[in-house]
Amino acid sequence: MFRFIVRRLLQLIPALFGLSILLFIWLHRLPGGPETAILGERGTPEMRAAIRENLGLDEPILVQYGRFMQRMFRLDLGTSIATKREVTTEFLQRFPGTVELAATAMIIAILVGIPLGYLAARRRGRLLDHVSVAGSLIGVCIPVFFLAYVLKAIFAENLHLFPASGRQDPTIEATRITNFFVLDGLMTREWDAAADALWHLVLPGLALASIPLAIIVRITRASVLEVLGEDFVRTAEAKGLTERVVRQRHVLRNAMLPVATTIGLLTGGLLSGAVLTETVFAFSGIGAFIADSISQRDYPVLMGFIMIIAVVFVLVNLLVDLSYSLIDPRVRVR
Amino acid sequence: MRAPRPKVAIAAVAVAALAVAGCAESDRGDSGASQKDTLVFGVAGDPKVLDPSLASDGESLRVARQVFETLVRPEEGGTKITPGLAESWTPDATGTVWTFKLKSGVKFHDGTDFNAEAVCANFNRWFNAKGLMQSPDVTPYWQDVMGGFAANERTDLPPSLFKSCAAKDATTVDLAFTRVSSKVPAALMLPSFSIHSPKALEQYQASTIGGSADNIQYPSYAMEHPTGTGPFKFKSWDVANKTLTLERNEEYTGGPKAKLKTLIFKTISDENARKQALRSGDIQGYDLVGPADVEPLKGEGFNMLTRPAFNILYLAINQKGNPKLADPKVRQAIAYALNRQALVDSKLPPGAKVATQFMPDTVEGWNSNVTQYSYDVNKAKQLLAEAGASNLTLRFHYPTEVTRPYMPNPKDLFELLSADLQAVGIKITPIPLKWTPDYLNATSTGTEHDLHFLGWTGDYGDGYNFIGTMFDRQKPEWGFNNPELFELFKKADTTADAAARYELYKELNAKIMEFLPGVPISHSPPAIVFGKDVTGVKASPLTDERFATAEFKS
Repeated sequence: MFRFIVRRLLQLIPALFGLSILLFIWLHRLPGGPETAILGERGTPEMRAAIRENLGLDEPILVQYGRFMQRMFRLDLGTSIATKREVTTEFLQRFPGTVELAATAMIIAILVGIPLGYLAARRRGRLLDHVSVAGSLIGVCIPVFFLAYVLKAIFAENLHLFPASGRQDPTIEATRITNFFVLDGLMTREWDAAADALWHLVLPGLALASIPLAIIVRITRASVLEVLGEDFVRTAEAKGLTERVVRQRHVLRNAMLPVATTIGLLTGGLLSGAVLTETVFAFSGIGAFIADSISQRDYPVLMGFIMIIAVVFVLVNLLVDLSYSLIDPRVRVR
Repeated sequence: MRAPRPKVAIAAVAVAALAVAGCAESDRGDSGASQKDTLVFGVAGDPKVLDPSLASDGESLRVARQVFETLVRPEEGGTKITPGLAESWTPDATGTVWTFKLKSGVKFHDGTDFNAEAVCANFNRWFNAKGLMQSPDVTPYWQDVMGGFAANERTDLPPSLFKSCAAKDATTVDLAFTRVSSKVPAALMLPSFSIHSPKALEQYQASTIGGSADNIQYPSYAMEHPTGTGPFKFKSWDVANKTLTLERNEEYTGGPKAKLKTLIFKTISDENARKQALRSGDIQGYDLVGPADVEPLKGEGFNMLTRPAFNILYLAINQKGNPKLADPKVRQAIAYALNRQALVDSKLPPGAKVATQFMPDTVEGWNSNVTQYSYDVNKAKQLLAEAGASNLTLRFHYPTEVTRPYMPNPKDLFELLSADLQAVGIKITPIPLKWTPDYLNATSTGTEHDLHFLGWTGDYGDGYNFIGTMFDRQKPEWGFNNPELFELFKKADTTADAAARYELYKELNAKIMEFLPGVPISHSPPAIVFGKDVTGVKASPLTDERFATAEFKS
């Protein structure tokens, strides 16, 4: 298993190198540059040219790429053109928000999706099955931002049950350690801060969970149905095992393999969903920041963030691969 | 290997939670803050930097206006120059040396004294900027107003307008300039000319910009230690939570102390999200209210303030792309074809007005006798026929995904105006582009654009800031060369006597409207909203709202 992990990590190097070239060329070929965003309607051609020159954007793209790689070897991602903070600092301040949000969404999706999918399969053709299949179809179709507005209109604007924006009430003077607000609250025993951060996660978490939840329900249902028809299930039932044992040891566990793969892939999708959710809920995370950076042509942020996200994505899928051997002992990673 | 059981998992999480609990120190002070003296205000973007000398974005300047003060400042709710840190100011006979009499007894947030030495330390800091401090994106407003520096390090920089500063005694300071300019003293109202504590500037190395030109790093002063004389002091900037917190300056002597104990700016970039946050009580006010939300929010009892219009939306005509547009008759035809009143009535917020020239009537130099082009379809058709341009096709650029204070809904505006132009027989090729960078890029460079929208919000109350910015030299946005006009601009800019300069602005406005480089469309009053129980803030045309007077109704 160790060799497997090392090999997968080594594969990252050429992948990142290739990604960096493609990304660099693509970004720099987009029309316009950061100088337009910096100056807005106040810009004159001379000022624009001066800024381009300053940023080194008037040099050949190969020279620019060389400079970028030089920095990369020193593990320096540079500073953001827009905020002038180091890209790494920006990432560490924003990524925890996205992780908290994505984790909340994923936990909701898994905790609700798997039991629901399982029950739908067990009660195939009955009311619950129809409702969950229809519901998951709606879940996939409904745009996240629309759902977000509806959730806010009901639970924040009218009922005042949940906050409509942000990660934490700014009047709570919370101590920041890791920028994972819930974790920070626990670590510093600022229980109100942790609770408030959790409270802020509910609505955006629900909105973001809609699509993965729907997909997990459908995959679980299909997968359980397939396993239910297998010989070993009939054998297990025939030899007199209780329904609970059959369900836990045989059906669910075998049905979980495709679900685990899906969850790994959905994690990547959550990042793109987070762009909208973060914007609508004014939630400080990397999604909204990347979207802003694209329109501002903040090249260092885009390069840095996308490279880090690529690494994170590979690591998450590595974990998913490793989890196969937990779910199914027959699978041995090599 | 057995599958992990739910009970085991729950126990593991509980153990982990207990393990991390209390493993770090809380740095929380005594916070007895009650909600009623804390105002959370929603803004559209994060501030970029806390040192206004380095800022040009509205959100940085909004923060600076609460923390810092300038020598002169706009009157509350208006644009006229009134005393700030200076009680009075007078030019000498040449109009190049201005003597400022300063307030006494004022202290910076770090306890040091504000005096003439401090003023000179600030001007000398800007003037003697070196290295990356001369980058156009680092000191934008200094370069916009003063041109260059003591020793210019770029060839494209003009010589500096500022010459020297002399502290005559503790409360008297002379600012000398290289020539007479319309910008003095009006431009000194800009937050970028805020006076900082010289001690803090030095302590936190405010003028040391780190990194390289393509990798600029601001000093800690600009990110964590802004130190001014204003009614609020900087407390913290929580980037991870998109909030910036200011607290009342208990030692403030420049006027009544702030009524709020704490003022928090919270970034909510989405317009609808700001509205929902206000309604849900997350925030107690926000800026950049959508025109469609003005009436509903007012109806719900929110405290809606309308700023006096201090902007211009115009339809620019580029004379370089299509040769027909160099013909004044064609440009006149375009102006006659547009039903601007209908547009203002249907698409702009209440209080918006049709513009007759490229500056609002609140600015000195506005001329009531300029050539007017009221809506007249027949005249437009006739002029096109006379110019031999009955079969004209024009590329009309408009921006998408953007709201500007002068242009709430560009797509709607485009649809109305293009329908007007088609009604007189002009064919329109619509070119929608993303605001930044595509749209700004396309309309300010090259010759591919025939018609486009753009506008301007005034920085300070001098007419040159409007018409001079647009027309005092050749620009690819307009594509014309009019030496006579440019010469007149030069004359106006260097006329020391304000009354004489205003007369020249009037003449310029008349000439511009006769030449008709584009069609001025409207002046829109942007709105700012506060909670139902928040009072005391006066809307400012320069977005110079002072939160020190804000309070909650009891």
